[in-house]
Amino acid sequence: MSTLHAQPESVAREGLMERLHGWAITVDHKRLGIMYILSGLVFFVVAGLEATAMRMQLIRPLNDFLTPQGFNQMFTMHGTTMVFLVGMPVLLGFGNFLIPLMIGARDMAFPRLNAFGFWLFLFGGALLYFSWLGGDGLYGAGGAPDVGWFAYSPLTSKTFSRGNSTDYWILGIMVSGFGSMTTAINFLATILCMRCPGMTLMRLPLMAWMMLVVAVLVITAIPVLTAAQVMLLLDRSLGAHFFDPQQEGSAVLWQHLFWFFGHPEVYILILPAFGFLSEIVPVFSRKVIFGYPLMVAATVAIAFISLGVWVHHMFVVGLPPWMNALFAASTFLISVPTGIKIFNWLGTMWGGRIRFDTPMLFCTGFLAMFLIGGLTGIMLAVVPFTTQLSDSYFVVGHFHYVLFGGTVFGIFAAIFYWYPKATGRMLDERLGKWAFWILLIGFNVVFLPMHFSGLLGMPRRIYTYQPDRGWEIWNLITTLGVPIQILGVALIVWNMVRSLGKGRVAGDDPWDAWTLEWATSSPPPEWNFDRIPTVTSARPLWDRKNPHDPDEEQP
Amino acid sequence: MSLATAAPADSWRPGRGKVGMACLIAMESFFFAGFIIAYLFYIGKGATGPWPREVLEVKPVLVNSAALIASSFTVIASVKALGRGHLAAMRWWLVLTILLGAWFIWGTWVEWRGLIWEHGLTLRTNLFGTTFYSLVGFHAFHVIVGLLALSTILGLGVMGRLRPARDTLRFELVSWYWHFVDVVWVFVFTTVYIVGLRP
Repeated sequence: MSTLHAQPESVAREGLMERLHGWAITVDHKRLGIMYILSGLVFFVVAGLEATAMRMQLIRPLNDFLTPQGFNQMFTMHGTTMVFLVGMPVLLGFGNFLIPLMIGARDMAFPRLNAFGFWLFLFGGALLYFSWLGGDGLYGAGGAPDVGWFAYSPLTSKTFSRGNSTDYWILGIMVSGFGSMTTAINFLATILCMRCPGMTLMRLPLMAWMMLVVAVLVITAIPVLTAAQVMLLLDRSLGAHFFDPQQEGSAVLWQHLFWFFGHPEVYILILPAFGFLSEIVPVFSRKVIFGYPLMVAATVAIAFISLGVWVHHMFVVGLPPWMNALFAASTFLISVPTGIKIFNWLGTMWGGRIRFDTPMLFCTGFLAMFLIGGLTGIMLAVVPFTTQLSDSYFVVGHFHYVLFGGTVFGIFAAIFYWYPKATGRMLDERLGKWAFWILLIGFNVVFLPMHFSGLLGMPRRIYTYQPDRGWEIWNLITTLGVPIQILGVALIVWNMVRSLGKGRVAGDDPWDAWTLEWATSSPPPEWNFDRIPTVTSARPLWDRKNPHDPDEEQP
Repeated sequence: MSLATAAPADSWRPGRGKVGMACLIAMESFFFAGFIIAYLFYIGKGATGPWPREVLEVKPVLVNSAALIASSFTVIASVKALGRGHLAAMRWWLVLTILLGAWFIWGTWVEWRGLIWEHGLTLRTNLFGTTFYSLVGFHAFHVIVGLLALSTILGLGVMGRLRPARDTLRFELVSWYWHFVDVVWVFVFTTVYIVGLRP
């Protein structure tokens, strides 16, 4: 088999078209994972530009950089892109790339379904962005969707959203949602059925555990969103009345259905990042993860509770007080397993020989920033507090600390940690450290002042404001942080491009790590492992490197 | 070690086909849950008639439901026949299953014809029409997909392309989907024809 691959003339003859064709028809989980991550990063840049346009508009009062409708389109596309076309594909992409390697398998359980899911995601995203061209419909009104990423009814009805922009939002997200669902099926089937000999569930790397739970959440939450979107589509296209108040249809039903999806979605976006931390922190602390079983239990607990907290997005709707109280309580409850995890990572670092390479820096940044986002989250679980601050910039600041300071920092940690495995080259450490500090500073300059403008009463999603509200300085600072963040992201992109050719050769195991993906070559061969490994503990490479002192079996 | 390793016995490892089909069924269940919740949410609401108790007839639907539920048992018999290698019996049980499923779809068509042309109820008429046709219609759509899958298997059986050792599990997985369509109908029936008609 290897002689077939090693013929030099066939490699030399392989032109650009052949190589692109190879990527287009691939069913290899590693290539699909890389394509997920790269297309997610392209959408990340697009969404960043949309955010930049919004911040340009808000830099001073009564600015006219964007029209009101243009501003609405920007925040709708920014939110929708970040959640569905950046967060999910990048995280699922890491799952795709890593799960078979980590559990000692040669591919996913359903490789072709895997490729199908990727192309659904990509074309769903393309469909959403095609709305800039096709959203006008026959009415000549529209363009990109402008109804916000949670598309509240009745704003989405034919009356208020003319043209086809909202239909593009529905269909683009639905198609990429089908992609996510096929990926979730694959994750579950792969992790449950394809583990190598000895890889019991309690020896599974924690990243795989988190991805397993994420897959369950995708299977639970996304179909409900799909159902709600089908209802909206029936309303808009066939004249049904699900969300039509004139026929006693209910705007609140849309909110219930959307947030039943929407809140588990938050955990779909953060649990994989928890998984990255659970892999990276032990390796760079030179200690085994603290409280493995508790970590698994906390993940499962988070998943269960996350299905019962959605009404905290609806505290100002006017639902009965007992309902608000119930969901406030469940929201407090979910911070307990999340807190357990934070303490477990701190417990892992405690007394360890910590190496602050770039992946570990991003993990440490994650811990601090996510903690702030978590604490403002607990504040927002208090119903009277939310009554005051709902739909203000305080909320915007809160969820950016969770999703940028949390998820995106986790993604950058993962990129620096696994880039050597995917490419065979190390990312530049000096550039990486610069990028981390610049990004950390830029992030706080942008998002910390949002809490203050929010506390001063600035609502989210307004396209401009009057000069006498005391919001000017905070908006100015926020916008001034944007170029700092752009510089940080640009450094990472530049680092990824440059290191592809010039980076130090990584070798199989550059971080002296313990999970199975580091047991094969970098980049791994198409079949991952020449021999399917057999494991006897949760840290198979530790056992191999320290045969005199293997990990003790936990009963 | 060879490329194809036997499943090791140290830990529970279900078949990937079973896990995949179970996941699909779970996703479909949550999809239907959305429509069932919408139906329950809107019972008794709406600006104009016709109302469910004026136009829905339970008796013919009960007969159709019996046919669909019976088809779940005939498909079990068909899978078992394939497992034992009784290909002729498998085909006849499968023909019966498809006929029962087709009967159900025919029944839905008769019911809808009456509702649309006699009572003037469509998707656009009122909230009842909206929720009724979307819920019952999505279920009927799933029955049709199931019928297409079963017909494909029947076609393969008639062409003599089925091998019991290889295909029994595959057929069984398709039959899981058919059972799911059946179970969903129990929930839909309860929602629409019992809870929805309560005075």
